[in-house]
Amino acid sequence: MTVTADDIETLAERAASGIAFDGFRVAETDDGYALETPENEWTGLEDADLERALEACEEYVTNWRYWQETVGGAGTARRAFLRWCERAPLEDDRTGASPGGPVGSGDSNSPAPEEPLAVADRYDALGEGIDRRWGQLAITTRFLDVDDRDYERVYDIWHVDDADADLAALEVHDDPRAAREIATYDPDGRYRPLKTAPTLATGWAFTGLTGDELVETIGFFYPATIANWHRERRGNLDVDHWLETAQRQTGIYDVVDELPREAVAWMAEACCVDSQCLRRREWEYDEGDDIDVDGGDGPFPCREPCSLVIAAARTWAILESEDEHAYRLELTTSELNQLEELIDAVAEGRTDEIREADVTDGANRYRARYLRAKRFDENGALEATKLDD
Amino acid sequence: MQALVVAAHGSHLNPDASDPTYAHADTVRETGAFDEVREAFWKEEPHFREVIRTVESDEVFVVPLFISEGYFTEQVIPRELRLEQWDPDKWESDGTSASQVTLEATDAGKTIHYCGPVGTHDAMTDVIVQRAETATEKPGVGEGFGLAVVGHGTDRNENSAKAIEYHTERIRERDRFDEVKALFMDEEPEVDDVTEYFESEDVVVVPLFVADGYHTQEDIPEDMALTEDYRLGWDVPAEVDGHRIWYTGAVGTEDLMADVLLERAADAGADIGDARETVRKLVGSATGADGEPSAGTETGMGD
Repeated sequence: MTVTADDIETLAERAASGIAFDGFRVAETDDGYALETPENEWTGLEDADLERALEACEEYVTNWRYWQETVGGAGTARRAFLRWCERAPLEDDRTGASPGGPVGSGDSNSPAPEEPLAVADRYDALGEGIDRRWGQLAITTRFLDVDDRDYERVYDIWHVDDADADLAALEVHDDPRAAREIATYDPDGRYRPLKTAPTLATGWAFTGLTGDELVETIGFFYPATIANWHRERRGNLDVDHWLETAQRQTGIYDVVDELPREAVAWMAEACCVDSQCLRRREWEYDEGDDIDVDGGDGPFPCREPCSLVIAAARTWAILESEDEHAYRLELTTSELNQLEELIDAVAEGRTDEIREADVTDGANRYRARYLRAKRFDENGALEATKLDD
Repeated sequence: MQALVVAAHGSHLNPDASDPTYAHADTVRETGAFDEVREAFWKEEPHFREVIRTVESDEVFVVPLFISEGYFTEQVIPRELRLEQWDPDKWESDGTSASQVTLEATDAGKTIHYCGPVGTHDAMTDVIVQRAETATEKPGVGEGFGLAVVGHGTDRNENSAKAIEYHTERIRERDRFDEVKALFMDEEPEVDDVTEYFESEDVVVVPLFVADGYHTQEDIPEDMALTEDYRLGWDVPAEVDGHRIWYTGAVGTEDLMADVLLERAADAGADIGDARETVRKLVGSATGADGEPSAGTETGMGD
């Protein structure tokens, strides 16, 4: 018995102004209560009949209770996100489209967005657990008590790469704040200043979170992604383009708006791509003036240059203010190729993968040390001559 | 509903810079005084730009976890929060007296109570004294002790020194320590010469910084000759020129800072119930009922 006396009382009270939620309708008419679900319809119910009818459609009653009483927050990003988690129709979806995840899953192999589920199908699926992906997070929504199929949902999170891992092999948490520590370091123990870098460590799980706790935990892993996803869905994501953001800067960042336009494109290519960030660049050079570099397929919309990009832009704005010169330096063709390989290996974060003895790779450490020994002068600089002095 | 946003600097390079922000925000969370509590940063996430949209509350109290009024509190934070009606004159401050101003964040349509920084609140004086107690492990520390309040100091912002001098004077008026001085890194009187400014054999040195980092863990200990090399650590107390220097590290890591956050918000109209008493019980305070010092706060790298 999962329909409570409280439910009946509350529903009866609100029936006067009408209830319509997830296919469940209750109204108070001159002829008693009227009740409707996609499967059944009752009219002319007196109080005692109402109770029996509500018990006959208890999934709709408990579903209503969870969303309207437990979750609440009509119109909020929190509520929309929790509904997305269990593939419920999103009430505020402008297009009425299926509850697709954040646009672009960051995984080209991921299936197409799934259709929203009606209450009965959702209740069946919640027994098994409904899986969703949010960046590098796998989220499962399930009933707190699977046997009872009661209304109350709980949520589990782990790294997508741990989806098949035994829970006993993971460090299990139930406090959202534990996400802060996990999100702070990459698998090599280095600081992650960019929370949406695709470098989240594995080996942990959050289990049995409430809806509020889930949203709080996501907020620590991927701050503001739920709010901006929600705005994007509703068509009111506010985008600040490069020029606007750059011109707003003051203090030591006052110089970033001097970065040449072509350098902004190089910067976007360096920083704002899927390999470096799970966000999808929505900002351009200016309104109607696109940067000629793909914004990526990241799941989360990026609505303005982030603080890391601004900090990097400051360095590039200063470096780009220098004049170019012609230099002459002596290199064999293979040494020139090696410089290219070195830059590419560092840019792709590949240096750790190069085997100790693989001296055929131009970015091998011994190869780099040999080149330095041969071509650097006593000051540790390339022996180069400026030709246009 | 009401939310508290703790606005701090953060760092792209040092993961510890945000530790005090998280710690104090967590203490406020424990009190349950706010429906929502958020950390927000200039250099980390959520950024100042994004934080207001992550709260559901209509009333948002923003407290800058900064020491002084100045560039960040008067320009950067209001601009990045999209407080378009902001003007520094609205604080009507002489450099240490900003309380709050009520504005609207234009991207989220919420009412923002933009508060003065924690560093200039009167309650900060208690935190400095508490810091001295924590470092010396003497709840009654004062008699026979000198206290140095250390600030960065800079020619670019006169308010930077004002905050230091303000608390120094307030502590001096309490007649608790034999001597109380304001010292600076980048202006006179300099912390390098700390022993020259005190007759007391024991001197507690409290840097008025939000987080431990380069200045509090490298520069200042070396400048004061507590150690030749910060990596070797230092003793608390350390013997320098016949004085015992009790170096405390950044005052911002003191647990009682959560109380200042609450007071700032309460001054701006937040309903915090008995949260302040809860905090003072949680952390033990210099002026609280139980008078027990809090334990386990860091004092230096090597002690």
